[in-house]
Amino acid sequence: MPDSRELEEIMEKSGRWERTTLRRYLESRPERKSEFTTNSGFQVKRLYTPTDLSNLDLSEDVGYPGEYPYTRGIHPTMYRGRLWTMREFSGFGTAEETNRRFKYLLSEGETGLSVAFDYPTIMGYDSDDPMARGEVGRCGVAVSSLADMETLFEGIPLEKVSTSMTINGPAAMLLAMYVAVGQKQGVSPGMLSGTTQNDMLKEFFAQKLCIFPPQPSVKLVIDIIEYCAKNLPKWNPISISGYHIREAGANAVQELAFTLADGVAYVQEALDRGLDIDEFAPRLSFFFAAHNDLFEEVAKFRAARRIWARFMRERFKAKSNRSMWMRMHVQTSGCTLTAQQPTNNIVRVAIQALAAVLGGTQSLHTNSYDEALALPSEEAVRIALRTQQIIAHESGISNTVDPVGGSFYLETLTKQMEEEALRYIDRIEAMGGIFQAIEKGFLQKEIANSAYKHQLEIEKKERIVVGLNEYTGNETSSIPLLRIDPEVEGVQLRGLRRLKESRNQDLVSRRLEKLRQATEKDQNLMPHILDCVKAYCTLGEICGVLREVYGQYQELTVF
Amino acid sequence: MSETTLKVRSAGAERRIRALVAKPGLNSHDRGAKVIARALRDSGMEVIYTGLRQTPEQIVEAAMQEDVDVLCLSILSGAHMTLLPEIVGLMKRRSLDDVLVIAGGIIPDEDISKLKEIGIAEVFGPGTPTHVTVDYIKSNLRRKL
Repeated sequence: MPDSRELEEIMEKSGRWERTTLRRYLESRPERKSEFTTNSGFQVKRLYTPTDLSNLDLSEDVGYPGEYPYTRGIHPTMYRGRLWTMREFSGFGTAEETNRRFKYLLSEGETGLSVAFDYPTIMGYDSDDPMARGEVGRCGVAVSSLADMETLFEGIPLEKVSTSMTINGPAAMLLAMYVAVGQKQGVSPGMLSGTTQNDMLKEFFAQKLCIFPPQPSVKLVIDIIEYCAKNLPKWNPISISGYHIREAGANAVQELAFTLADGVAYVQEALDRGLDIDEFAPRLSFFFAAHNDLFEEVAKFRAARRIWARFMRERFKAKSNRSMWMRMHVQTSGCTLTAQQPTNNIVRVAIQALAAVLGGTQSLHTNSYDEALALPSEEAVRIALRTQQIIAHESGISNTVDPVGGSFYLETLTKQMEEEALRYIDRIEAMGGIFQAIEKGFLQKEIANSAYKHQLEIEKKERIVVGLNEYTGNETSSIPLLRIDPEVEGVQLRGLRRLKESRNQDLVSRRLEKLRQATEKDQNLMPHILDCVKAYCTLGEICGVLREVYGQYQELTVF
Repeated sequence: MSETTLKVRSAGAERRIRALVAKPGLNSHDRGAKVIARALRDSGMEVIYTGLRQTPEQIVEAAMQEDVDVLCLSILSGAHMTLLPEIVGLMKRRSLDDVLVIAGGIIPDEDISKLKEIGIAEVFGPGTPTHVTVDYIKSNLRRKL
């Protein structure tokens, strides 16, 4: 940072530039707009200079990679040491079909798995539940029992691959199934690496896939955190997620603030359970979206790391550096993709992926260009994966750490993101915390307002979306889409019937009864759920027991 | 938009258009449903939103109880070919044929023609400006206001 004398000199020179060169230029060439803003609505200045950084302490706020507050990255060498994990979210149809897609992606150079479950699975229903009609295998893979999970990972060595599972309400059940599959393969729980999303708070105000009411839902989240801290040291028990908040309509700063507010709540709940901060905090992981506003997104990732590190050290008194690391997965933004001129989406995804990499992510999913129309075809997902590989190997971005750090614009934005997010977090805490903010509908309303504002901006052409509200001519011919085989539901139902006929029904009943007792006694349910899945109790049966004890959540509808 | 509003008013409208926005199936992506609910409300309609995960029976029951002029179904989960025909069938059985039924969400072109054959009046895909939907409803109502 320049000293005050140098700053004065820079200000003087900037003033001269404005009065002479700039003014003369503007006289004949006015700017396109009177005001330029970021996606979150921050005003963007024409030019940033060192004077913008005068309130930034370069060593305290920016620092060095691998050192507190980790603004420049959690590792000293970042991608010079190891590239980020390339992880494509996939799942459709039966476990057998998805298993084939997993193997295809691994053979094309993917470095981690990521499972998309269908809606019945996500909501804790078996494929044969009346609520599942029409939904089986449509938006993800159907997993109703350990038998499906065995098929899903057939021939995939779990000690070699890390697996991320996008599952929340029934996270404990799916994790238990994964542990059981591992044991059948001879892989002990301690060897398993991967992530369960297991972030219920954001479900209540953003993604809204909730089974049980908030308190028991969060109790289950903490059960998993506690269980993993003791038994699965390489597992990320939770992925505290801004992605769904963003997709539901939030802007970048809201995404950042609400995610961190959720994170603080989980830490507090785990501490209240009696866990030691450094026992569980190193395994907390995060998940953000990457949109098109490149610099704002990079600023968001950097600000996120800085805020989290400070929260952990100053507020929660963490001692271990790992507790202060914010490790993150990033996915490019589904809601920015257009159904119109879909191949344009390849370019959007590339820009967003670039933001994630410039922002220092640990893991990345790139969306497929056909996702505004259907689940990805094999060709589309290959292009998405290739996009990451091109960035990794051809762009040169991975050769140095935090390559845009120090940019006057980026550092200013990082600071603005941080300050604005902290203001939001203060507001949430003034309401009594995240549970109260959800109950009041505050977060839901904020998100709905941003979504509506965004839509109106597009309709008024205040925001240009290429191919949608401008440059709309020359629509190319249609692209080949993935169709889900309508036979999936039948195949799945027959498999489930066979399972129910062949398993030890007596054992199933006894295990479910033990689970019920543990639920009523408020014990950690993970060991009991593990016993249930090993006896081939179905997902719907296990969730059914919990539904009876906990009740079901009724959504607050705010629009 | 103001032209259509005038047209509706000059037809002697005393009451506002009543619209039910519903989310059939398990899918929870309600960004579109909420945006459209708000746009319909801002255009002067009375809007009821069912919330998530409604069964066809619940949706048709709500359409009847709320005495709506238009039913807007938002679905992105791929279950549309199972759930939408059921809803249309139930509407017919309850003699709600005069309610305009439209759909929005991620629905492939080849399914759109099939849905129109069974009585879904129009399907609005991703990127549809809200005023297009509003205008469509105002000029295609089957009930007299």
